[in-house]
Amino acid sequence: MSLLRVERMSKEFGGVHAVEGLDFAIEPGAVFSIIGPNGAGKTTLINLLTGVYKPSAGRILFAGRDLTGRAPYEFAAAGMARTFQNLQVFFNMTALENVMVGRHLHERCSLAAAMLRFPSLARAERACREYAVGLMEFVGLGEHVGARADSLSYGALKRLEIARALAAEPKLLLLDEPAAGLNQTETQGIDALVTQLAARGVTVVLVEHNMRLVMGVSHEILVLDYGKKLAQGDAATVGNDPRVIEAYLGAGVA
Amino acid sequence: MTAQFAQYLVTGLTVGAVYALVALGFSIIYNASQVINFAQGEFVMVGGMCSVWLVDQGVPLPAAVVLAVAAAALLGLALEKFAVEPARGAPVVTLVIITIGASILLRGLATLVWDKKIHALKPFSGEAPLQVGGAVVLPQSLWVLGVTLAVVLLLSWFFGRTLLGKALLATSHNRLAAQLVGISVRNVMLLSFSLSAALGAVAGILVAPITFTSWDVGVMLGLKGFAAAILGGLGSGAGAVLGGMVLGIAESMSAGYVSSAYKDAIAFVILLAVLVFAPDGLLGRRVAERV
Amino acid sequence: MSRTAPGFAQPAAHRIRGPAALALCIALLPLAFANNYYYEVAVLVGLNAITCVGLNLLVGYAGQISLGHAGFFGLGAYGSAILTARYGWPPLGALVAVTPGVAALAYLIGRPILRLKGHYLAMATLGMGVIISIVIATEDRWTGGPDGMSVPPLSVFGFTLQGERAWYWVVGGCLLLAVWLALNLIESPVGRALRALHGSEVGAEVAGIDSARAKLMVFVVSAVYASAAGSLAAHYSGFITPSKVTFFHSIELVTMVVFGGMASVFGAVAGAAVLTMLPQFLTLFKEYETVVFGAVMMGTMIFMPRGLVPSLATLFADRGPSKVPP
Repeated sequence: MSLLRVERMSKEFGGVHAVEGLDFAIEPGAVFSIIGPNGAGKTTLINLLTGVYKPSAGRILFAGRDLTGRAPYEFAAAGMARTFQNLQVFFNMTALENVMVGRHLHERCSLAAAMLRFPSLARAERACREYAVGLMEFVGLGEHVGARADSLSYGALKRLEIARALAAEPKLLLLDEPAAGLNQTETQGIDALVTQLAARGVTVVLVEHNMRLVMGVSHEILVLDYGKKLAQGDAATVGNDPRVIEAYLGAGVA
Repeated sequence: MTAQFAQYLVTGLTVGAVYALVALGFSIIYNASQVINFAQGEFVMVGGMCSVWLVDQGVPLPAAVVLAVAAAALLGLALEKFAVEPARGAPVVTLVIITIGASILLRGLATLVWDKKIHALKPFSGEAPLQVGGAVVLPQSLWVLGVTLAVVLLLSWFFGRTLLGKALLATSHNRLAAQLVGISVRNVMLLSFSLSAALGAVAGILVAPITFTSWDVGVMLGLKGFAAAILGGLGSGAGAVLGGMVLGIAESMSAGYVSSAYKDAIAFVILLAVLVFAPDGLLGRRVAERV
Repeated sequence: MSRTAPGFAQPAAHRIRGPAALALCIALLPLAFANNYYYEVAVLVGLNAITCVGLNLLVGYAGQISLGHAGFFGLGAYGSAILTARYGWPPLGALVAVTPGVAALAYLIGRPILRLKGHYLAMATLGMGVIISIVIATEDRWTGGPDGMSVPPLSVFGFTLQGERAWYWVVGGCLLLAVWLALNLIESPVGRALRALHGSEVGAEVAGIDSARAKLMVFVVSAVYASAAGSLAAHYSGFITPSKVTFFHSIELVTMVVFGGMASVFGAVAGAAVLTMLPQFLTLFKEYETVVFGAVMMGTMIFMPRGLVPSLATLFADRGPSKVPP
């Protein structure tokens, strides 16, 4: 059974279709990439997939549940986690606390337990802290554990968001242009990280501009153009599709 | 019954016009700077008190009005330059507290420069009430409505037709882009504050013969103006006018038909009810959050 | 380059060190008190500080403005006053009954209005506060109207609490408790969720935080703080008027929080202390009092936009490891 299934999904903003009539499914364990030229609706799509936007039409089924119209936190509770192209880091907190927030769904505690600091909570907090430190080391931020989030570099913040998303132990991880704005070396780092995640069996949705990264790690690629599906398939199929080449390089080349 | 209704309507429109002028001030400053100027009500007070004082000094009314409006505009300029500008980039709440500090300061100054008594300005054209459709209308009410209408028309011409007005609007939509096309955001801010202060002063002068004026008259008028701006949709000029009118009429109707003690409470209940169903006010623009 | 925190014990140390320092302050302050007037001012500081610590959870940590918290303070004060004076309830029983009542009301009001954002939320809470204050000033059968009403003293099991000195220790203890509870909350998953939604609401939501629920919860908690402080204040002063329920008092409370430093528990205490004591000093300026008060407020916020405690902390903490103070 597919992990995520999108049926005839559309989204319009004031009459303009940002996404139109999309159908696709994502299998567990796959790296599923979404590519397309600027303005193709990639970020709108990832916002729809995570509940940040509500679709104008169509359905989203995740892990066998219909989540259409639900709030983002309900998508998260069902097992989704994501990063943002425009960072949504909690700059008022430490880097470690950012990752600890990612554990929220596994760290349920009552108001009374929080205010009176029950011993069980103190234990859970220690465990949460250690887990978060482990994740920061995994994404290569081991030396920033005690730092404030607002003291981190752009590249480090991108990794911090990945660590925060992983902290939720999601069934599906959505990365919105994790390499955008990074230099060559940093991009290679993210490249390695995504490969590592894929090897661990995490199901990943990757929205990316960087074609090399996409072609290297993806099991399946969805190509968007003007909010519609242009092509779908593995790297070889998509890479040789004349319509894709045309959309990317302009008419006449193909 | 209908005569009574007409009477409440006239009262409501008059008060509403004053709220509308104050609300316009809130919206203009908000558009230019995203700041809610809690000292807006003090400009109303300064307009009223200053004109009363000038008339007492023997200055003819028209000159006193012009001078009082100019004085308020200067105060607005000073507020922007010495209090808001230095705190650029501070959190919004901090800016709110700064303007609250400014309003306390201005109230304090008013008691020093003038006094703590209640003053009345002579009505602009007599006190003989007119009969309009069963309602008793004070000539001053007509002044309030007429001047408000003129100000609204003038403002819509200013924002819609003049280069300067368009520059102001452009800045409110996109600060950076406005700067890139050569608009001086600093001057826009200064202009907005002095324009808002002048509007507040006009309201204060117009209403001074009806509700009287004193050093602390700005608190409630400022609050109601803010409420009107929010009710109509913050940043919308038409919204500010609509919000002011709705608030004024709601207040006067509830004072007349329900309870005068609860007129303010009812006005705020209506406000809350509107916000629950229209979280961006009646004419507010819904800004989609981009992530 | 950022530095690594030595071990992971730091927040725990914060939680103990801060309240310990506050306890020491409360214990030692009376040595400097020349007469009962000092105790009186200290009690007022304490009561405002309790309200502000709660309000800061909402404003400073969760980033949601309220310009109506004097309303909750007033509901606590008048709730206790009416139950004890008009119905002869025992003061402690009244306190125990009124506080959950105010919490329930805060829940009902908060549910619709906390969906609003920014200035719209400010207006809605302001409206809520004004409505509460008008009701209190108008329903004179219950509240005595603008003239106010007297309130019996706080008595527990036949022991009556009287005199500024006794009150000083009780309010000091309550403040300590209020601070301790707030610090625990902030360092818990619940508190992290609140701070997260202040940092980025959409970021918090996709991490699984139900932001509407979290905001409502902290709104209720802060209302409970204000209500409890109001109940205590009513019994302490023995006579209450609607003046503490007005829009002004709401503004005063927010000003204390912002002045002391948002998202800093001790900032809220410091803000309450400075702004409660300031008018006492300013009487020296006689008729210039209001002008100086306004100028001090403006000056502090212009030159220390983040408030007293965080600004001073940055000034002194350049040596230490970078960290977010609680």
